[in-house]
Amino acid sequence: MTRVGVLALQGDVREHRAMLEHLDVETVPVRTPADLQGLQGIVFPGGESTAIAHLLKSSGLAEALGELINDDFPVFGTCAGLILLSSEILDGRAQQWSFGALDVAVRRNGYGRQIASFEVPVSVSGIGEYEAVFIRAPRIERVSKEVSVLASLDKDGEHPVLIRQGNLWGCSFHPELTTDSRIHDAFVQSL
Amino acid sequence: MSNSAQTGSTLVKRGLADMLRGGVIMDVVNPEQAKIAEDSGAVAVMALERVPSDIRRDGGVARMSDPQMIQEIQATVTIPVMAKARIGHFAEAQILQALDVDYIDESEVLTPADEANHIDKWAFTVPFVCGATNLGEALRRIAEGACMIRSKGEAGTGNVVEAVRHLRTINQQIRRLQTADASELYALAKDLQAPLPLVQEVAERGELPVPLFCAGGISTPADAALVLQLGAQAVFVGSGIFKSQDPVRMASAIVEATTHYQDAKVVAKVSTGLGEAMKGWETATLETRLAERGW
Repeated sequence: MTRVGVLALQGDVREHRAMLEHLDVETVPVRTPADLQGLQGIVFPGGESTAIAHLLKSSGLAEALGELINDDFPVFGTCAGLILLSSEILDGRAQQWSFGALDVAVRRNGYGRQIASFEVPVSVSGIGEYEAVFIRAPRIERVSKEVSVLASLDKDGEHPVLIRQGNLWGCSFHPELTTDSRIHDAFVQSL
Repeated sequence: MSNSAQTGSTLVKRGLADMLRGGVIMDVVNPEQAKIAEDSGAVAVMALERVPSDIRRDGGVARMSDPQMIQEIQATVTIPVMAKARIGHFAEAQILQALDVDYIDESEVLTPADEANHIDKWAFTVPFVCGATNLGEALRRIAEGACMIRSKGEAGTGNVVEAVRHLRTINQQIRRLQTADASELYALAKDLQAPLPLVQEVAERGELPVPLFCAGGISTPADAALVLQLGAQAVFVGSGIFKSQDPVRMASAIVEATTHYQDAKVVAKVSTGLGEAMKGWETATLETRLAERGW
């Protein structure tokens, strides 16, 4: 049985766990480095990236996960999780920390404050139409040529919202808030 | 962006509450405090002119905060900024929505503006959180459009006893619904003074349809660990941080305890050498019980 961790420091952890368990994946809430034993991949949930970054450092997970990510450990980050993976953060707090593993620039709250949060159907490569929920979402403003764009808000791929670079997946919306598990399934199938 | 984008849907409004789970929302009265809160790992700040313990001490009518201070705090931090409107004062809520706050707290901490009606929260794009002391009150607020419920506790006291009472009451009443026969839910809805469809939904799910957070009296890491173990999904800390001896350490310690609430070793570590918590009040001697406001 596939065993996937969900970073459980703060955020919508249980939605991710429920969705993975629906796909017959065993999930492990990860709060300390010891929780990383025997995992085939990990999900970074939505939440507040500044709070999660703070807790990653105090728990020792920043270091332990950083080493795993350097060794190609698979990670799927949604919203705050995407920010934590990104190499460049715009409009973050001063010197906001991240793993810097996904070669993209993201602008925090790049679509506006909560009042501008929205749902919209997007077309996902290999999956089809998907109802995407954006909540104070980060906007992906630059991607390197190593990064594949799997979904975009426009037809030309100029506004990426789901990206993949090797074993790292980043999503500016929240597939875990819907009942549609196809994106999680694609990540699990890649493990 | 496509023309079919929809803002203000129930999913989008409740979704932000989901993102705050496992976090600490801190009351702040100026940008300096907001910065400390963000640096300490708060998931959101509540911008208000006076923390509840000062409102309690000063008396008088407590109203929505000056938009200028809310805007200064918005300009200082990157995390969500919440603000309070008086119960039933939909014009204050309209102002807060116009200011682009991320969540409105229709709060018993302020002096109520309407003794019968709460705000019709469906009419707003911005989501609302409301307090509750029991399940019926929580479901009435959800029926009016609240997207997050916080157990009320007794704000500004530094005393967790009321928060525990309200959380236990809500959860006991949910368990009662889960064990009821479907034919008993009509009478239970009547007893709870709550809409039947919501009562049926809670009986089915075994929890509220929106996140349940805890507020009112949390002033130590141990308090946070207590209410999370009692089923709260996140905590609001008002006076407990900036009325303590060392707010920077207290803020960070409560954040750690909220994440690691199941690990007493971590809670013990962060509780060590914290300095004095806020002084606090014995609730039995209070002249004003804020939790009684709300209908």
